[in-house]
Amino acid sequence: MSARLRLWVFLVGAAGFAALFAVACFGLPSFGSGYHPYGVRAVHAALGHHTANVIASVNFDLRAFDTLGEETILFAAVLGAVVLLRQTQDEHRTTPEPAVVHPRVRRFALLTLPLALLVGLYVIAHGQISPGGGFQGGVVAATALHLLYVAADYRALERVRPLALYEVGEAVGEAAYVVTGLAAVLAGSAFLANVLPFGTFATLSSGGTVPVLNAAVGLEVASGVVVLLARFLDQAVEIEEPGEGEEDAQDTGDTGNGDADDRDDADDGDDGDDGDDERERA
Amino acid sequence: MTEVLIVVALLLVAGAATAAVLNRDPVRQALVLSFLGLALALLFTFLQAPDVALSQLAVGSAVTPLMILLTVRKVRRRSGNGRGGDETTAGRER
Repeated sequence: MSARLRLWVFLVGAAGFAALFAVACFGLPSFGSGYHPYGVRAVHAALGHHTANVIASVNFDLRAFDTLGEETILFAAVLGAVVLLRQTQDEHRTTPEPAVVHPRVRRFALLTLPLALLVGLYVIAHGQISPGGGFQGGVVAATALHLLYVAADYRALERVRPLALYEVGEAVGEAAYVVTGLAAVLAGSAFLANVLPFGTFATLSSGGTVPVLNAAVGLEVASGVVVLLARFLDQAVEIEEPGEGEEDAQDTGDTGNGDADDRDDADDGDDGDDGDDERERA
Repeated sequence: MTEVLIVVALLLVAGAATAAVLNRDPVRQALVLSFLGLALALLFTFLQAPDVALSQLAVGSAVTPLMILLTVRKVRRRSGNGRGGDETTAGRER
């Protein structure tokens, strides 16, 4: 296709889009008016299923399948980061030295840690009643755990964070969402349809499947963020490059692994210096 | 009253975003980004979208700056020892 033809195809497409977009824009209800056709229907559906937080009802009841897609995107993103950031054959780990933490920082972080963790769990559990839900609460809970890195040091964080468990947690969260959807099929309804009893309005047990799906997403997001940050922390704190600090490396950068191993052996003396350097900076 | 709050939040967002663009140091950019996340969370709250504000607060002002800081630390560690910073980094990319 020549450049000229391509331009014409683009111009025709752009003109068509502009015309349709203009028509659609003029058909919209005016900004800030009291009439919201979609909002009215969403609120009606949410109240019908006893979900006080209409956003949660839209996310986990009216459009639960969309949310499954969004959850899977996060799952795949974390998986990709784990694969990219894993320790390769020619890299080695060093144990970081503990850093001195100001007592005031330590006290503040240790005080806020349980508070932040509780807020995260609260937001997940109350997703069907008040603003928030699985995603928001999951991220808050996961970041709360990392206050331990601020308060103490990396090894303290590693001790309370069995990473394998969180990797399983992420997969279980993702699977629980699909299983909840399949359970609805077994109950004789559509995939991810809300089949559970709706409960009393504005209580923890209201909303049918909404709190169940919120819990699944909360588990997946919290575990996913912990795993993601753990991989980044590993790279920033523990994992060292082969021959880090050695100048020759750039000349042989594209050769195979065997060469890399040779280099690794060759500059063992240099690595000690690197460690000191790192401690100074930490 | 709400209009005033929205205008203030919008100005904060515009200011923080401009500062993030004008800063050249990645570490400072991460801190400014964290402030931008906070300003955006305020704006979303005033626009009656507390769900989005909560996401923005958690992801925009905590997780993203933290990931940028960790990445900067790794990159500096990698190139800080060599004499030619960028060239060394590119050469070792595998």
